[in-house]
Amino acid sequence: MARVVSISSKFRDLTGGLDGLDVDARSVRELLRLLEARFPGLGEMVEAEMSLAIDGEIHQDALMEPLGPASEVVLIPRISGG
Amino acid sequence: MSDGNQPPSSLKVVGTRPIRPDGVDKVTGRAQFGADFHLPGMLTGRIKRSPHAHARIVKIDTSAAEKLPGVKAVVTGADLDVGAGGDIEAGEHAAAMKDVAANCLASGKVFYQGHAVAAVAATSPEIAADALDLIEVIYEVLPHVVDVDEAMAPGAPVLHDDMFTKGVTPKPAKASNVAQKHVMGRGDVAGAFAAAAVVVEGRYTTAAVHQGYIEPHACVAAWGADGQSTIWCSSQGQFLVRAMTARILNMPLSDIKVIPAEIGGGFGGKTTVYLEPVALALSRKCGRPVKLVMSREEVFLASGPTSGSSMDVRLAATKDGKITAAEMTLRYQAGAFAGSPVNLGCMTAFACYDVEHLALVGYDVVSNRPKVAAYRAPGAPMAAFAVESAIDDLARKLKMDPIDLRILNAVKDGAKTVYGATVRYSAFIETLQAVKAHPHYQSKLKAGQARGVAAGFWFNIGGESSAAVHVDEDGGATVVSSNPDIGGSRASMAMMAAETLGLPIERVRCTVADTTSIGFSGSTGGSRVTFATGMAVVEAAQKVVADLKRRAAQTWECDLAHVEWKDGVATCLDPSKDAKPLSLKALAGKSAKTGGPIAAEVSLNAQGAAAGYGVHVCDLEIDPETGRTTILRYTAAQDVGRAIHPAYVEGQLQGGAAQGVGWALNEEYVYNAKGLLDNASFLDYRMPVASDLPMIDTILVEAKPNPRHPYGAKGVGEVPIVPPLAAVANAISAVVGQRMTSLPLSPAKVLAAGKAP
Repeated sequence: MARVVSISSKFRDLTGGLDGLDVDARSVRELLRLLEARFPGLGEMVEAEMSLAIDGEIHQDALMEPLGPASEVVLIPRISGG
Repeated sequence: MSDGNQPPSSLKVVGTRPIRPDGVDKVTGRAQFGADFHLPGMLTGRIKRSPHAHARIVKIDTSAAEKLPGVKAVVTGADLDVGAGGDIEAGEHAAAMKDVAANCLASGKVFYQGHAVAAVAATSPEIAADALDLIEVIYEVLPHVVDVDEAMAPGAPVLHDDMFTKGVTPKPAKASNVAQKHVMGRGDVAGAFAAAAVVVEGRYTTAAVHQGYIEPHACVAAWGADGQSTIWCSSQGQFLVRAMTARILNMPLSDIKVIPAEIGGGFGGKTTVYLEPVALALSRKCGRPVKLVMSREEVFLASGPTSGSSMDVRLAATKDGKITAAEMTLRYQAGAFAGSPVNLGCMTAFACYDVEHLALVGYDVVSNRPKVAAYRAPGAPMAAFAVESAIDDLARKLKMDPIDLRILNAVKDGAKTVYGATVRYSAFIETLQAVKAHPHYQSKLKAGQARGVAAGFWFNIGGESSAAVHVDEDGGATVVSSNPDIGGSRASMAMMAAETLGLPIERVRCTVADTTSIGFSGSTGGSRVTFATGMAVVEAAQKVVADLKRRAAQTWECDLAHVEWKDGVATCLDPSKDAKPLSLKALAGKSAKTGGPIAAEVSLNAQGAAAGYGVHVCDLEIDPETGRTTILRYTAAQDVGRAIHPAYVEGQLQGGAAQGVGWALNEEYVYNAKGLLDNASFLDYRMPVASDLPMIDTILVEAKPNPRHPYGAKGVGEVPIVPPLAAVANAISAVVGQRMTSLPLSPAKVLAAGKAP
């Protein structure tokens, strides 16, 4: 089970106030699909607006990235720069 | 000068200092910038701008202008067709395209002085100017607000009737100027403050400042009779210009070709569009090429500065100086449309420190100013100003050395940031130690002088990039980059290719391609190009080397495993063969006979960027009569991974420090009571010039190269603008004997503190 947590208030809005949840996903693609199924709009929002810190490393647009059975996935606002 | 570690001796090109490839063209005036393009039949475009800070557009009548001889086209917001809008990834975050379009040409309301309302294309600049005067715009002037705190106050004029604060549950019933509230944190902040031995707190403000690039925004757009259009422009991303222009004009991407010009500075401010869709809309209307060039006044009035801010910060610590908790509220100006970098301010504020209990709240606030644009490390310098000032207060309260206090609290690998990433490959502590050991920090100050120290952080990013490497028939190579060269990337791309191929740097050239000549790339920003596009270059060069080895094996009729590639030469390791080594030049000369041209292109989405940390030290004194601050000595140290071209990296540190000093001392947007900008020129908007600054010394800390990059590079362009605001303010506070909390620390403000020596 990947542990998904977020610092985003949008995450709490879409999950009814949750700060984190467990998802049985083996890749980012599967994670987004399961998030969308559980909380409509969440998977789409994460794909469009968020980066993922997977076990501490930030990934952007990394649908194919594998997730381990104990992976921690932190949803964070997308980071760009100047 | 650099006194960082030397690169590994195995590297022959990376870590050296070849002469910059764009230098001769720039110093001889031959470089082609955005405004330098001319096409046959080209028209002059001009933009009519709002004289009001906030007004409803009752009517725009362009008929008289259209009848003026020599006027070929007039457009307004009605000529843009952004359709469903949507977002496009841009400088600070995803840009809402409806807002970008409304910023290019207003629709319904104007939100700041200088907001574009119409544009003309004419056969001469004089006719274009006359035509602007003939465009009649009737406004209903509305109350305005420019200050971020006033914009949040009850009863403030509301800019957008449909703006309901996001991030608040339940959704607010009333529209307001707060576009979004960001909340992040962890732990038991209240409990930690209750148990604290020491608490420091303060309220800080910073002014809106402009990126101040030398080259104004400029473009030429030509609508083709077959629907194929071309744009020549100066920007930080030709693909971004194509995407935004296509969306705003409802065109397919493939119908627009964007050719990047040389760029005279961007610093984040050229990660959006202002002119390109307007110029192409004009060209579409009249069928002739149109050039639009902003004046310096237009650059100040209508292109993005970065946010001004107000912030409250509190720190709790033990009597030994361990910071146990922090709380902070950040309020950032977004300008006319939502989208300040306040979330990045929240994420970076305490990124240098390992603090167990944290609570941050950020507010993204619109007001009657130009929409902010990215500026080096968007959002981080303001937050660092407040946090690093508070840490300076803590050091003074505890009578601790400010570097020792920071070392005690510094993040180490394995620590968890407030935004979720785990700290990896960081050399923050090594950077602090390098500063402490530096002769500057060891030197004594004279009476009346003071020293300030501050630190800074930036994430750095990777992302999508493309690059190609072509081997020339004479044994040289050309690198085709997908990113405009703002900070020396042509040099670093060529150097990484040369290193990988085994060629001397003089045999490798790098060019920046248009949108039809290379695969997609994200913009030049986020300190990503040397890391991400560099990764694409190295992978393309590695493919070329693999191809060269295959051709050598084919020539010698030996097993590929017996071919070694070293220093640009293939050697046969099969003892049964009497094969002479084959150089890259020899293989290139025979390429037609061994399979044709030798080239490779790689497109990738680079992951694994490593964050950067900076520590700056500033010595200064203040003229007791005028309040003028003189910077006496300045040193910038940074965790850079490995410097590909150390001189360019040092230049990044020096440039960031210079811009940060300007932010700290002089720069600000000054508005009058009518909400109009009083200092829209370099005469009145005071940026530092060479005579204002001493030579800025640099320390490149190469203790921890990034293992996720072939040569260990970390982004370096953004970190150096983060520490200077507080480094300067901490020193001035020491001189005047009180905490200085409001930037810029202009002579008048320093004198008003009343305690100048």
